[in-house]
Amino acid sequence: MKRQWRLGPAVLVILGALALVGTACGDDDAPASGSGEGGALRVAIVAPSASDDLAFSQSMVDSVHAIERDVELSVTDGTFIIEDAAAAIRGYAEDGNDVVIAHGTQFGASLIEIAPAFPDVTFMWGTASDTQGLANVFAYSPAADEGGYVNGSIAAALTKTGVIGVVGPIEAGDAVAYINGFKAGALAGGASEVNVTYTGSFGDVALAAEAAEAHLANDVDVLTGTAQMVVGAVGVAADAGVPWFGTQANQTSLAPSLVVASQVYHWEVVLEEMLTLRDSGVLGGQAFEVNLANGGLVIEFNDAYELPAGVRDAADAMIEGITNGTVSTG
Amino acid sequence: MGEFFTLSVLVATAASAIRLATPYLLASLGETVGQRSGVLNLGVDGVMLLSAFFSYWTVLETGNLWLAVLVGLVVGLVMGLLYGVITVFLNATQGISGIGIFIFGLGLSDLLFRQLVGTPKPVRRLPNVDIPLLSDIPHLGEALFQRNLLTYLAFLLVPVTALLLTRTTFGLNIRSVGDNPQAADSLGVSVERTRFVAILIGNSMAGLAGAALVLQLGIFQPNLTQGLGFIAVALVYFGAWRPIGVMGGALLYGFVNATVLQWKALGIIPVSGSDLANMAPAVLTILALIVVARRVHAPSALTKPFTRH
Amino acid sequence: MLNLVMVQFMNFLLRGPLIDPFELEAGTRIPQTQRLSDNATLPTLLDGTRLHIGVPVAICAAVGAYLILWRTPTGFRLRAVGYSPEAARAAGISVKRNITLAMTLSGSLGGIAGAILVFGSEGQRMVTDGSAAGFTGSAGFNGIVAALFGGLHPLWTIPSAMLFGALLTGATQLQRVLQVPAALAVALNGIIVIFVISSTPVRGWLQRSLADSGLFNRSSDTAGMD
Repeated sequence: MKRQWRLGPAVLVILGALALVGTACGDDDAPASGSGEGGALRVAIVAPSASDDLAFSQSMVDSVHAIERDVELSVTDGTFIIEDAAAAIRGYAEDGNDVVIAHGTQFGASLIEIAPAFPDVTFMWGTASDTQGLANVFAYSPAADEGGYVNGSIAAALTKTGVIGVVGPIEAGDAVAYINGFKAGALAGGASEVNVTYTGSFGDVALAAEAAEAHLANDVDVLTGTAQMVVGAVGVAADAGVPWFGTQANQTSLAPSLVVASQVYHWEVVLEEMLTLRDSGVLGGQAFEVNLANGGLVIEFNDAYELPAGVRDAADAMIEGITNGTVSTG
Repeated sequence: MGEFFTLSVLVATAASAIRLATPYLLASLGETVGQRSGVLNLGVDGVMLLSAFFSYWTVLETGNLWLAVLVGLVVGLVMGLLYGVITVFLNATQGISGIGIFIFGLGLSDLLFRQLVGTPKPVRRLPNVDIPLLSDIPHLGEALFQRNLLTYLAFLLVPVTALLLTRTTFGLNIRSVGDNPQAADSLGVSVERTRFVAILIGNSMAGLAGAALVLQLGIFQPNLTQGLGFIAVALVYFGAWRPIGVMGGALLYGFVNATVLQWKALGIIPVSGSDLANMAPAVLTILALIVVARRVHAPSALTKPFTRH
Repeated sequence: MLNLVMVQFMNFLLRGPLIDPFELEAGTRIPQTQRLSDNATLPTLLDGTRLHIGVPVAICAAVGAYLILWRTPTGFRLRAVGYSPEAARAAGISVKRNITLAMTLSGSLGGIAGAILVFGSEGQRMVTDGSAAGFTGSAGFNGIVAALFGGLHPLWTIPSAMLFGALLTGATQLQRVLQVPAALAVALNGIIVIFVISSTPVRGWLQRSLADSGLFNRSSDTAGMD
């Protein structure tokens, strides 16, 4: 018996050593120089969830594709583990990317160590509103409460029972901004009750579905929610014939006849600004916001959903109002 | 608080609890059979993810729900074959090989989903089937007897599993192989064959659990289970390796989750208390475990590979 | 299940009492603590790398665990209880007390691990990523597997943990360098684990069948074979 144990772990030692050596040697290429004249801009994104999740991560990938520049894009997605993401961010910087987008609020803490080590690389960090004093970091955030407010007011116009339900993940970041804006807009628009449930997880689809069911049991007849787990809630809404409002990305495909509108993040608006600054030598140090006014937030309506007369016009007027400051989102 | 105790809300909560409990119950019953024979399977979550993906994909491509359930069962069976070979014939350490299967299932289902489907697309969900007569019982009927067929199957399997374990020869073999494989072997019971079949049963039920989860939701996402399989393994201990106990555990877990969600929707739990409330299902299950912990008798040969001396 | 409880408790703390005051002012409410003071940073061992003092601490802990378990009477009692609770009880060893002691020691090592993770992290603060494992990246879970891989012997957990660390870091690196989806690397990790753990018996067979075939007929080969 003892002899067998020695053989087993011996294999382990060899495998372990090989693995270590392999990992260490893995990144031996000398940092390539950035884009030369007329060369493609090398951009890298590190995102916490899947890049086709119809939510947060997808919004950034779509936006980079929408930039009117020649871009060579690399993506590392699904890295919600902060250490992994930090390693990826650092790795992309070492590889010679011009721009590294740390698309996750929790990644910001790592940038304090990484950004100063690569002064020629522009880091973009979101959602965040403070660059933490780093000269080569741009921060970006969505004024999600604005779109939330518009969605909420439309929801109030649609509800017959006066009760609206919200399914949220964790009370943080753009989720809480959207939900607070939505609640304010709905109540201002005449809804009698807005019930908010934070399920406590970004990914638990089953829980989100049951949260929606719980709302339905309370006479809710309009639903909204945010984060990637929301696909479960949309399914419940679709089966119950309840209209849905989306955010972060265009969620019409999830329930083609019942999604009313989605607040879509068009980051390319601020991405362009940041890249222009970079061209002129400013590699960071400023914070940007996407909102209704600059076109970074767009309420995309689902044409297949028939809105009652006047609702669309009222919504457009509301967007105008928020844009020129006459309407406050609470 | 009064709003919670209206009948319609209570009924909805009960229905929600039963829906939530279904995948836990299926997976946990399967794990019970396996553990009674002395085999610990920590790969349940991975099996569920794979069967969930393939079930989802089947509905996406063919639109046929029952084919999808069958596919889920078959995926479980195939993973059972793999786990059976590793555990029974290769005598690998059960804890690790189970985790290996979990990691494999997690990665493969994620990969296949990204490559074959990409953006989440919703599919048909399991329809509710009203049981005639029983579903007409006011309130109770609505909660219990207007559920989908996989839920009915899950609860039916509780007495079936109990009878299998206690009243059939095969069940006797399972139990003896789990408690004292040496003695069973000397009496002519094939330890390997019994454990292998128990593993097949266990993993097939895990496959059904994955199908139930995804078809109740009508959509798939990477890591859809979020650790459900591991809770299911814990529920086996909670249920003292008996199907009825396991059912109790699954229902407790489902009820607490459903109640927390309902109380959040009603505002009884304020948003600030949300995090602490999320602890409730786990805390209550642990508390219940402490309260009911009698001299619980685990299968004596659990996790020990069998070698003839 | 206690994991679930503690993650929610941590979320509660990070959103409430422990939240960075700056977050409250700025209104962004990211659930993270203040940046730790520079004194709290774990010193790096090699300039230019992030290899910090946590690594030798971990190795010392492993050696310490070995010494306690195999070289002290307390450790002997612990192992006796684990090997056969009935025999231990018959010998007058308190099973309950030793199990509690083992859990306590085990928990403290877990605590050290958590502290090293936070104090040695890039961000110098405690941040949650909202997942079911908090900021640990399933380190606890992987730790169980690493321990089993090492045959539950403290010294062998050292190479075992290194292997797992490399496998896990490698997965993300693979995605970045080769554009291989991380999910593929995860699936491969699973296959590796399955194959390694299945290989011990296979190696035993190979040795036995090779020995039986008489090809390597030296008496020392067959000595000590099961």
